[in-house]
Amino acid sequence: MSIVGEALRQLRRKPCTVRYPAEKAPVPPRFRGMPAWDMSKCILCVLCQNACPPGAIRLIGKGPEAEIEYLMDRCIFCEECAEVCPKRAIVMSDRFELAGFDRSKMVFRFRKEKEKQPEPPKHSAPTANG
Amino acid sequence: MGYASTVKVPFGPQHPALKEPEHFLFEVDGDTVVGVTPRIGYVHRGIEKALELSTYGHGIYLAERICGICTIAHTCCYAQAVEELMGIDVPPRANYIRTIMSELERLHSHSLWVGLVAHEAGFDTLFMYAWRDREVILNLFQELTGGRVLHAINTLGGVRRDISPEMADKVRRALEHFEGRTKEYLRIVRTEPTFLRRTRDVGVLKPADAARLNAVGPTLRASGIKGDVRRDDPYVAYDEMPFNVITSDSCDVFGRTEVRTEEMMESIGIIRHALEHLPEGVFRVRAPRNVPAGECVSRVEAPRGEDMHYARSNGTAKPDRYKVRAPTLANIPALCKMLVGIHVADIPIILAGIDPCFSCMDRMVFVRSGGSTGRAR
Repeated sequence: MSIVGEALRQLRRKPCTVRYPAEKAPVPPRFRGMPAWDMSKCILCVLCQNACPPGAIRLIGKGPEAEIEYLMDRCIFCEECAEVCPKRAIVMSDRFELAGFDRSKMVFRFRKEKEKQPEPPKHSAPTANG
Repeated sequence: MGYASTVKVPFGPQHPALKEPEHFLFEVDGDTVVGVTPRIGYVHRGIEKALELSTYGHGIYLAERICGICTIAHTCCYAQAVEELMGIDVPPRANYIRTIMSELERLHSHSLWVGLVAHEAGFDTLFMYAWRDREVILNLFQELTGGRVLHAINTLGGVRRDISPEMADKVRRALEHFEGRTKEYLRIVRTEPTFLRRTRDVGVLKPADAARLNAVGPTLRASGIKGDVRRDDPYVAYDEMPFNVITSDSCDVFGRTEVRTEEMMESIGIIRHALEHLPEGVFRVRAPRNVPAGECVSRVEAPRGEDMHYARSNGTAKPDRYKVRAPTLANIPALCKMLVGIHVADIPIILAGIDPCFSCMDRMVFVRSGGSTGRAR
């Protein structure tokens, strides 16, 4: 009986849960969600690959053509990669709804964009002349 | 005539009253349990071997995953052992932050347990309220560390995130709310007649048995013995914290409830003191990659009791041998003692009474064909 007062008080309050898919609880700043790569800052230094405890980050290929492969199904969201990155190219986003049925959709590849932007006009110029 | 006087009743590994797969074979005479044989090892995960295969820096994340509730306790214990081997000193601010985190973890673990034992006693209203109020602590963890359950805050050489003055204020405000709720639970468990009848004189463990069978944590303290690693062998910043070691003389499930609830009040006091006296300075120092050869034992008072890690290094970047003794394993002999002479209906509440975490403690035994038992791992 000692909890009846508490139970009656609760009747007049709103539920402490939220209607999840429709409403979502706010995500605090610095939450460790899915890491996101900013490839314009990345220098392909493989420090994140070495720091990753479960081996979820791999560098594939060599030189500026190399790609970063991120295996979300192996990731433990520990933030070691974001901490070790010298260029702060990795940030932990607030994405947390990452469950899925298909593991092949949990593999992401990031590639550095070609830096030389004025190249296409050079290419087009000779073809136009020739 | 022709009937055995006792019946053997298997309990688990898949059983509605057990949350984790573990097997107990009860020998029952009528409604009274006369003997019990535990059989452990169903959720052995081989974490000790995996720790030997990973570097010291990566191993802390594996140690964190030994237990989902005692993550700070296990990482603290791991970090202490490895830091001792490395010979590095943790800055005082990091020690204080580790203390705060350990006590927050105790708060959330104990309120989880109060809910569970209320559920086993058939008092689901308290279970719902206890778990609702536990969210306050989980939300604090989310803001302090970035994760609700796996906090990843301890690292070799300190902690990974600082506590800013604004966050300290938030923690203080949340504790104020939580303190009121804890007092309410203390009142409820002490006065609610249904709960008292369900827990008093259930699962009695006499002080002499508790000492002889090496019970740990609240199970030991509820039998009236003052045994607490925080006081007996202070680690992180516990030597500078004022707190009482809570004991109870009732030696039953009610005593265990009382000890845990009062310990929550002590934890709130410790966090307040630590926030007030948080030293200035760095909170992390650089840890070397390789560790000189040596061996080390480290002890931590996890919410469930004494947690012990043993590390042996051989001068490389990976441990040579790593051993974990989780608190539940130490409580299993005492649990078997409690389970003899009781009614069958009391089995779930007594099992829940030690706050079991079976997957933390599971062992594997190698049996040689010669008949002699090999080493246990």
